[in-house]
Amino acid sequence: MTIVPPTAALRRDAPRPAPRGDATRGWRWSQRLALVACWACGLALCAVTAAIVVYMGVRGVQYLNPELLFSRPTPGLQQHTTGGILDPIVGTIVLTVIGIALAVPLAVAAAVWLVEYGRPAPLARAVESGIEVVAGTPDIVIAIFGLAIFQLPLFAPLSFTASGGGVFGRSFLAAGAMMSLIALPLVFGAAREGLMAIPTHVREASWALGKTRICTIRTILLPQIRTNIATGSALGMGRIVGDTAVVVVLLGATLQLERQGDVPILGNLRGTGSTLTSYVYGASPAGEGNAPQKAYAAAFVLLLIVLTLNAAVDLLGRRKEPRA
Amino acid sequence: MEPPSAARSSPLGENRRRSSPPGRVFARLREPWTDRQAAWRLGAVASLVLLIIVLMVAFVAVRAWPVLQANGWISWLGTGGNVDHQLGQMIATGQHPPDSAYHLRAWPLIYGTLLTTGASVLIGLAFSLLAAIFIVEFAPARIRAVVVPAVRLLAAVPSVIYGLIGILVLAPWVGSHLISPGRKDSVQNVVQIDGTGVLVAVVVLTVMITPIMIAIVVDALRAIPPAWTEGAAALGANRWEVVWSVSVRAARPAIVAAAVLACARALGEAVGLSMVSGSRGFSPNPVDGITYLFEPIRPLAASMVENVDAINAPPVRASIYAFALLLLLSSLALSIGGYVAKLPMRRQGLRV
Repeated sequence: MTIVPPTAALRRDAPRPAPRGDATRGWRWSQRLALVACWACGLALCAVTAAIVVYMGVRGVQYLNPELLFSRPTPGLQQHTTGGILDPIVGTIVLTVIGIALAVPLAVAAAVWLVEYGRPAPLARAVESGIEVVAGTPDIVIAIFGLAIFQLPLFAPLSFTASGGGVFGRSFLAAGAMMSLIALPLVFGAAREGLMAIPTHVREASWALGKTRICTIRTILLPQIRTNIATGSALGMGRIVGDTAVVVVLLGATLQLERQGDVPILGNLRGTGSTLTSYVYGASPAGEGNAPQKAYAAAFVLLLIVLTLNAAVDLLGRRKEPRA
Repeated sequence: MEPPSAARSSPLGENRRRSSPPGRVFARLREPWTDRQAAWRLGAVASLVLLIIVLMVAFVAVRAWPVLQANGWISWLGTGGNVDHQLGQMIATGQHPPDSAYHLRAWPLIYGTLLTTGASVLIGLAFSLLAAIFIVEFAPARIRAVVVPAVRLLAAVPSVIYGLIGILVLAPWVGSHLISPGRKDSVQNVVQIDGTGVLVAVVVLTVMITPIMIAIVVDALRAIPPAWTEGAAALGANRWEVVWSVSVRAARPAIVAAAVLACARALGEAVGLSMVSGSRGFSPNPVDGITYLFEPIRPLAASMVENVDAINAPPVRASIYAFALLLLLSSLALSIGGYVAKLPMRRQGLRV
């Protein structure tokens, strides 16, 4: 005996749903309600995003002025005496450059090894899940781990040292090294995707011409995944720019860039400073500064940087597509 | 078979290279690598990641040891006393404090973490499932072209900006519109409620983690083979039934994985929550009714950020590393959980 659903006859007679308009004919009320909920969620997402961007844009335009952008911050009690956000902007750029410069070679080397060599297999699997673990580790834990590492006497020359000789473990180098851990999984993932998308016959053709594996990697594979690496780096930079915990813990809480020692550039890298994220945190009512207007201005600049990086990712992705 | 002369010349070349003076190290590095060297060197770089993880667990555990030892392995997670008061007492205990200085009962912080994480993941899960269905199945192409970048943008906004909006916009609004003066007075002697608290923290955290969940669920729904849904449609299921009983059901492991990974993210959210959670080691009591929603809390990660200035006091340092150890182990467990949750889909040959 076959079980015929009671609505089967109805459905057989019903016309095929037209592409638009009466697509929900014959739906139960609960199903229509669910459809409405789906639409509501999708539109709510757009609304939230638009609200955040527009609100930050309005506040940013309201409070941001060139003078603020190009003057250095100073500690002060009133908002009009606390100076500008030049140092945080410079700090953000320096930190991002250090972090990404450390992360890209590491991540690309790991991805190349994993896809092209990958022996012994258990080690390869361990590395792969290890990178996933790093990706899942909270940034505050990475930051506090960095503090433990850079407080070791071995690494003392790399960071800010207190006048009494005690090691603080805080500097641009320390923060940049830990930032590279935050960007690493993103660059690794992008590079690995790119390598896996290259068909095997490309490699085989190169080997057949007598090239070694490493020569193939260097001359054939790496040039092909340049776009992927760029995408991964842009994603990683976005993550570094937006990270606050590492900055608060590892870069110290000085507003201005403070040099450690007399050597100009190295001294700054060993010194402390601030970034846009830590500036926003400090200037918000949660921090000591309590200068909401400056916090809005800095957050607007931060959002602009993140939006630019996001657009870069989109652009790179679009450039990659026609070829695939 | 290889010519014998070639076989002999290669070890000779190796010997010659090895005996070169140390000044030519750079010249040697610039020589083309052999495959064996490349595999070894790249493998060593890749294994650095494992070394870093081992070091991370080891360092954090060693530094957390005094607190675990002084309070007992489990009992420092328990209730008892005021945790903010305990952390404050730790600051001025000198460089060689006695065991008693390490006294810590961190339950309010753990409660705050569990509460914010659990509530925001539950709310976010329902929301992101519906949104993902909308994106994959129902959105017209033109709307999809807006929603997808919007989700990506929400995922990219730094948490400090969410925190700023939370503390400067949401919290004052909640404080002036939702909390009546009578309610403020009723708890005046216990705790101050000014807007920042459970409600705002959960709202802000939900907005932060929803985009991640949507991305994972969308990927899974897109990985469902069209043959499955077409088969269901051919059997007479309408579009919603196809989506709900075939796509969503097959993607269930990925939905669980999305929730697990979002949990990991929510656990570690430090700065954003430190700004909007009210920042007090207080455990709200559900018996308070609606007031419960406005009472301040402080999750573990936020406590770490806020106490990092006092890290030179050994007991504070040990406590911060103990919090870090707890977060590290839970995120490790959640990473493994997310992987295990996705296994059933992988077994069916779906790439998630």
